[in-house]
Amino acid sequence: MTTSRMQDNIILQVQNVSKRFGGLLAVSEVTFDLPKGQILGLIGPNGAGKTTLFNVINGVYTPTEGQITFRGTDISGWKPYDVVGLGLARTHQIVRPLNDLTVLENVMAGACYGHESHSLTEAEVIALEVMEFVGLHERRNLLAASLNVAQKKRLEMARALASRPYLLLLDEVLAGLNPTEIAEMVEVVLKIREQGVSIFIIEHVMHALMNVSDRIIVLDYGQLIAEGTPDEIVDNPKVIEAYLGDPALAEKLMSGS
Amino acid sequence: MEQLFASLADGLLIGFVYGLAAMGLTLIFGVMDVINLGHGPIIALGMFGVFFFAGSTGWGLNPYLALVIVAVLGLIFGMIMYFVAVHRVLNAPHLSSLLSTFSVNMMIIGVGTALFTTSPRNLEFSLGSLQLGPVNLLGTRVMAALIAVLVTAVLYVFLYRTQPGKAIRAVANNRDAAELMGIPSTKMLALSFGLGTMLAAIAGGLIATFFSFNILAGGVYELKSFVIVVLGGLGNPTGALIGGLILGAMEGVVPTFMPVSWVPVIEFVLFVVILLVRPTGLLGGR
Amino acid sequence: MKSWKYPALWLTVGVVLAGGLIPVITGSKIMRESMFLILMAVTMASSLNILLGYAGYVSFGHIVFFGLGGYVGFYLIAEQGWNLIPAALAGGLASGVLALLLGIALLRLRGAYFALATIGINEAMRTFINNFNLFGGPIGMELNFIVYQDYGGAANMQWLTYWLMFGVTIIAVLMSYGVKFSRFGLGLMSIREDEDAAMAMGIHTPKVKTMAYILSAILPGIIGVIFFFRNSSVQPAGAFRLHRSIEMIVMVMLGGQGTVQGPLVGAALYEALRSYLLTSPLFKDLQLAIAGVLLLLIILFVPSGVIGWLRHRFKGLWRVLE
Ligand SMILES: Nc1ncnc2c1ncn2[C@@H]1O[C@H](COP(=O)(O)OP(=O)(O)OP(=O)(O)O)[C@@H](O)[C@H]1O
Ligand SMILES: [Mg+2]
Repeated sequence: MTTSRMQDNIILQVQNVSKRFGGLLAVSEVTFDLPKGQILGLIGPNGAGKTTLFNVINGVYTPTEGQITFRGTDISGWKPYDVVGLGLARTHQIVRPLNDLTVLENVMAGACYGHESHSLTEAEVIALEVMEFVGLHERRNLLAASLNVAQKKRLEMARALASRPYLLLLDEVLAGLNPTEIAEMVEVVLKIREQGVSIFIIEHVMHALMNVSDRIIVLDYGQLIAEGTPDEIVDNPKVIEAYLGDPALAEKLMSGS
Repeated sequence: MEQLFASLADGLLIGFVYGLAAMGLTLIFGVMDVINLGHGPIIALGMFGVFFFAGSTGWGLNPYLALVIVAVLGLIFGMIMYFVAVHRVLNAPHLSSLLSTFSVNMMIIGVGTALFTTSPRNLEFSLGSLQLGPVNLLGTRVMAALIAVLVTAVLYVFLYRTQPGKAIRAVANNRDAAELMGIPSTKMLALSFGLGTMLAAIAGGLIATFFSFNILAGGVYELKSFVIVVLGGLGNPTGALIGGLILGAMEGVVPTFMPVSWVPVIEFVLFVVILLVRPTGLLGGR
Repeated sequence: MKSWKYPALWLTVGVVLAGGLIPVITGSKIMRESMFLILMAVTMASSLNILLGYAGYVSFGHIVFFGLGGYVGFYLIAEQGWNLIPAALAGGLASGVLALLLGIALLRLRGAYFALATIGINEAMRTFINNFNLFGGPIGMELNFIVYQDYGGAANMQWLTYWLMFGVTIIAVLMSYGVKFSRFGLGLMSIREDEDAAMAMGIHTPKVKTMAYILSAILPGIIGVIFFFRNSSVQPAGAFRLHRSIEMIVMVMLGGQGTVQGPLVGAALYEALRSYLLTSPLFKDLQLAIAGVLLLLIILFVPSGVIGWLRHRFKGLWRVLE
């Protein structure tokens, strides 16, 4: 493969990626690029394959087909821990706090084993800084289990950030939050980008996504049906059609514009 | 060659009983994800039950009639055990149910040893023998195999044709969904646990008709049940029966090639290897 | 990790030192024998705790490392004329290597499947040793008493092995503490809480788990050698008793899994209870049944064990109880 100047600027390249579960093609021949420093939004109806695409990118699943290139390295089929080592972190749609550990320990674990591997002492410094950043600082000595949903989402975010990633995958970090919490979280996302971290974000909360994304791609039944700026996406008839099956979502989409 | 046939036939007959015992273990696992480490002592209780009701020092009933009583007691015992030791830890980590069922194991062995000591018992009982061509089969073993098949058939009819059986399968599939459909899941779980221990007790009772035993004897069959269950796929009753036959056949045939003391080595190595390469069992799909 | 965490360490080591020195100070042989068993139990339980309590993997056949290590060391002493100390180290090494090989293979399994596999390994090993003529098959091996001459006679040997056990126990407790408050320990506990999340956080789970398995196997291997050397004989049934594995788990649960002091407290309580039951005429025969009732009560009502319960109940004690 020839490395052009264009490709130097691309942090994540997904080429022709498919993932099959038995008879179900959850992700089907998806191709797109994520340029460095950008926020790329990913939308699509429930069950469209968004989370599965994340899982294939970070190595939870091996792609049935296709190639994933991250920072110039082919990572298709790598294990999640190796992918993290290269500087790619993620949050989970269904939060996965380490319940019996404190918030601080959760975030420290992220720092210890992340892209830069740190000693406990260094990890604590990073963890404190990151918790300050996402607003969990006061709760650092509580058990993760005792947090509420919004705080658990922040914890996911803090843990991922503590690994000092180049690229952050955010899976519905706004879902289930109230408007104030959403506004705060959007602030955090934008601040992360300011630090030079590229972001790939799945979101159903449309107006928020419209505001933060540089570009948006749309999945439906595993296929990439549209790609463009937020304004282009809102006006794309294919996207509106895809959401018609789900009136609530369609409404959200409309009110977002 | 004839010797080989005879050992194979003998092994297969006992294999049916092994399969029955393993089915008890796998039924419980399939329904509630619990590995019953009290399985062995319950098999031993089945042996002592038949000994008590049919032995010359006990009531002196016909052993097969005694087996019916043992089955009922086994069912009741399991349901009580479910409420005492299992129900509360069903949603706890795996270790909890492993240990709580093992605590019942310790109680049975402890009390059993105190009551019966560990000296071997023998049910003096014979049904003569059956000559099939060159092969001579003990009547009690043929009978045991037949009963094992019969019990399996009844179990299947129960699980697939009756209301409570269907309810149990619904609970096994998805406890919450079953509960929403109005199935009393706790009762069904208790019932399936009871059925599992009942199968273990029956298997023990059948074994008592042809082998001597003591209170610790169940342990061997418990370990065999693990091997079988893994052969057939955890949670799969048909697999358990077939696994039982495979194990029985192996135990029949292997000693004609190498010292009999190597049989358990092969069994346990096979067990671990299958767990590693095909944790869903030899027959398991998925 | 932080200075305020040290009181727990000093307390733990202090208790082991004090307990271990009682027989030395009093010179009582009876006390020495029971303390030997307690120290052994503490080492076994603390080792198991690294896998069970920190990493959350239930090993039902952990006694296999005690048995195999014991066998290897005993063979080297009895048949090859090795000295106890290098033989004990060799026993630990053998167990560590076994754990490495098993870890690579078995630790892919999770939950009940792993627990079952460890039972299978224990039984496979026991039945194999039963057939393994080099190690004496079903009869096992015996030590000629003359060997004890090299250690200043049988009486002296018993004090020597006591001191060795004492030393190993202190190592076990330090290791238990060191692992818990290390980067490695944090990785283990992340795996215990959510293995998939741990992987997504960058923890190389196969490597970390295998390391934990090895660490939890070495000391049991070493004390296996000390134990069987002291006993002057070894047999398959005694070396691989599945029951002993479960007793180890009970000790860890009783004291509090995942804590440093839990296995210490659990092992001491369990051994004390057992020796009381064994010597009381009323309970002698029911010893096992009573232990079973106790186990059930712990699981149902105090699943976090003594230390876990105390920590939960008295938050002020967090600094001293770990
Ligand atoms: N491990 C799996 N095995 C089998 N099928 C799966 C698995 N994971 C996901 N699926 C299926 O793949 C499809 C896509 O699921 P996915 O979770 O990726 O959707 P999604 O776009 O993230 O939806 P949502 O908006 O609800 O989060 C669904 O039909 C789902 O049932
Ligand atoms: Mg999703």
